[in-house]
This record gives sequence, structure tokens and C-alpha cells, in this order.
Amino acid sequence: MSLVTLTDISVRHGGHQALSRVNLAIEPGEIVTIVGPNGSGKSTLLRTIIGAVRPDEGTIEKADGLHIGYVPQKLQIDPTLPMTVERFLSLPRRHSRAQITQALHGAGLHDLRHRQMSDLSGGQFQRVLLARALIEEPQLLLLDEATQGLDQPGSAAFYRQIEEVRATMGCAILMVSHELHVVMSASDRVICLNGHVCCHGTPEIVASAPEYRALFGTGTGGALALYRHEHSHSHDEGCGHDHAHHEHDHEGTA
Amino acid sequence: MLDDFTIRATLAGLGVALAAAPLGCFVVWRRMAYFGDATAHASILGVALALALSISVFVGAVGVALLMALTVTALSGRGYAMDTILGVLAHSALAFGLVAVSFIPGVRIDLMSYLFGDILAVTKGDLAVIWGGAVLVMALIGWRWNALLTATLSEDLAWSSDLNPRREQLVLTVALALVVAVAIKVVGVLLIAALLIIPAAAARTLARTPEQMLLMAAAIGASAALGGFWAAFQLSTQAGPTIVCCATLIFAALSILSAARGKRG
Repeated sequence: MSLVTLTDISVRHGGHQALSRVNLAIEPGEIVTIVGPNGSGKSTLLRTIIGAVRPDEGTIEKADGLHIGYVPQKLQIDPTLPMTVERFLSLPRRHSRAQITQALHGAGLHDLRHRQMSDLSGGQFQRVLLARALIEEPQLLLLDEATQGLDQPGSAAFYRQIEEVRATMGCAILMVSHELHVVMSASDRVICLNGHVCCHGTPEIVASAPEYRALFGTGTGGALALYRHEHSHSHDEGCGHDHAHHEHDHEGTA
Repeated sequence: MLDDFTIRATLAGLGVALAAAPLGCFVVWRRMAYFGDATAHASILGVALALALSISVFVGAVGVALLMALTVTALSGRGYAMDTILGVLAHSALAFGLVAVSFIPGVRIDLMSYLFGDILAVTKGDLAVIWGGAVLVMALIGWRWNALLTATLSEDLAWSSDLNPRREQLVLTVALALVVAVAIKVVGVLLIAALLIIPAAAARTLARTPEQMLLMAAAIGASAALGGFWAAFQLSTQAGPTIVCCATLIFAALSILSAARGKRG
């Protein structure tokens, strides 16, 4: 059974249609990546899944007792709020010292236990956010551009850790990312989002889909050139854009 | 023992300090200082209504403070800046309250005691209300503590753990109304926000975790209440403002201490 099933989800922010008729199901243990330009509704989609955004139309079904671990895009801790790493890991539920020790070891943060969150580097902070999400042993991990602000080695290390997490914990991972080449190779499925689902499928299929190329161009790096130029996916009607001739209709829609 | 007015006053000051500490921390963390001030000012309208209707001042103050806090919460995020909403509502509620009070015969002389508190006039009944309110506030915040902290850090983190940040906000709103009503008699509506913010701000200089900050804020608030009351007695000054002055001196001392320590370390 799917962990989360979204059916015909539409979300409006004021007059702006953030998501329109999005369908998506996440299966246990798979890594799914959402790509899309700025303002394409990627974060809105994740926030809809955690319940922070109520859809105007459509339904969300979650598996019974589903634990979601969520790593936000960024977290600004007010300087008036003192917070050690150890304390942060016990929010919102208390965990034993042993569990915290284990979580810190898993994230390679063992000597930072008593450090203030405000004193951490960007990479350490992201690792703590991830450790906090994992300590509850979620079946589904949501990452919203979790490597934003990290340098190349930092984000590479972060993604290595994500793959390790899937290997050891077996949780499904749904992530939003800009780093196409990294993400593409690590994902089971890719969803290209631009308000609606433009195209989806295995990384190879999405990378060669004209809708994807219209959004991201063909010059996104050698990695993509390796993929074959086939599209075996069918595109359904009613997306609001004209896909009829598979021309580059998406330019400037961000 | 409670027949001695100084003991009643001391206990009243302690009760208010303990009620204010947990809420004061959240007011500081969530940048609600002006919100607390506005709610407190509005409660004078509740006092006026209560006197006019001959009902308990506590009930009137809680009612109007709650109404005020809920209105602000409902209006925020609808196109007006928060400080504009608060500026309009707080000052107009205070003004309407003051105007309303002057219609009620015999209350005019009493007004100062509601604006600045009258700790020496605390009765046994007041004490029961203050400590009852304090216990209620502490129980409420203690019960929701981790959820409140999570929602304060990030609403999205709260949602993802199946917590509703709006419900947690409501808990704080109710607690704020209670603290305001409980504190009127001791410090008066104009200085309640000071009692919320100053002990918490002073505690921040020393604390390393939210829990430490809470305990230190309670200790600092209690010391300020005791020290302020004693000083007011010695100097024949008004107790409410003297308590706030005392808290400010502690804040200043701790800030200088931590700045000096920061330089050395």
C-alpha cells in the first residue's frame, strides 16, 4: 500500500494557482525527486503533505500511523531562544540519552551534543535537522532543498548520507532539489513540476522529455547527455499548457 | 498569617512572577512583546465593564483580554502590518476603557490602582485568584511545553509532527489573558508587559536551554517581586513600578556581566 496518495490536489494562494490537479503516490522505500523552476509549487507540495497547507480541492490519503520526518528548506532559530543540539533532537518528543547518542553518531556529530544551534555551520545545521527527522524512525522522509546554502562537497556528503539512510532504515524519501545531476542519479523516480505535473518517470525518461528540457534547457551538464532521447511516457490532456506539438511552450513560465 | 497585608502582598507578587515566567519566555521567543502590551492595555476596558456591571474585575479583565488577543490573531495576516493592528486596537481599547471608567461614579479615584497596581490592597480573595490563575497558566504551558517549543521553532516542523501550530497559539493566547488579569492588581495594566519580558530577557543571558531560561526567568521575576516590594516599603514608593525597576536592575546587571564574560572568554 502507498504511504501517501495525493489525488487531484489543487492549491490556490490568493489569486495564484500554486498547484493544479496533482496526482502522486509514494511507495515504501523509494526515492522520488521533485524538480521544477522557482515558484513551481515544489515546497507547497511538501507542505501540503505534512498538513501545513490545506488543499482547495482533492484528497490526501496517508497510511495508518504514518511517521513523517521533515527537513525544511531553512530554519531560522530566534537568537532569544537558547537551544542545544541535544535539546533540539528531543523536539517534539523526548528521547533517551542512548537514542540521542546514536542519532548524533549516525550523523557524525558526536562532539556537538552541547553546542548551541546558533553556533553550528550550515552543513552541521542541516545534519542536525536530518538527525532530528530520523530519530523518530519515519517511514517517509521529506527533504525540501535540504542542501541549499551548502557548498559542493557539503551537499555531496549530505546526499551520500541520504542514500545511506535509505539503505539502513529503508524509509521512502521524497525530496525537492535544484541539483539535477546529483538528484537524477540517486532517484528511482523524478517528477517534473510546474504547477502541474509536467512529466514523471525514471530519471532517463524525464531527462529526455521535451517538457523537462523546455523548463531546464539541454545545457544542464554532461550527466544528462548520457541519457537516451526517448520518451516512452504519455502526456495527458488538461494541463493548462499546450503540449500538443511538444514544442518549447514553457519558457518563462516560472 | 494571611491577615498581615505585607505577607499577602509578598505572596501576590510571587504568584504573578511565577505565572509570568513561562509565558514571558514565549513572548520573547515569538516576538510577541507588543502583543502582550496591547492585550494588557485592553484589559482596562474589561475592568471598566466589570465595575459597571458589578461583576468580578478578574472575569471582566480575562474576558476583554481574551477577546482582544483573539481579534488580533484573527486580523493578523489580512493585509495590515501586525504593529498597525496592535497600535489601533491597544490604544483604542485603553482609551475606551479610560473613558468608560469616568462614567462610573466613585471609580475615578480608583483608576490609578488599576493602571499601576495596588499590591497593598490585595485581599485573601485576590490571593486565591492570583494563585489559582498562576497554577492554571503553569499547568497549561507545562502540558503543551514541547508542542509549544516546536511550533515556536517552526510551524512546518510542528505540522509534520501532527501538531497544529494554531492550537498552540491559542494556548498562549488564553495564558496571556489569564496572566494579564492576574497581574492587574499587582503591577497594573501599564506595566504587565514589563513583568513578562524583563525577567525572560535577563534569563536569556545565562540560559543554554529553553528549560533553564524558564527557571531562571521565574527566579529573577520572584526576586524582583520580593526586592521591589521591600524597596517600595523602605522608600515609600509605588510597589508595581518599583518591582519593575528592580527587574530592570537585575537585567542590566546580568547583561553587563555576560558582556564582560564574552569579552574575556
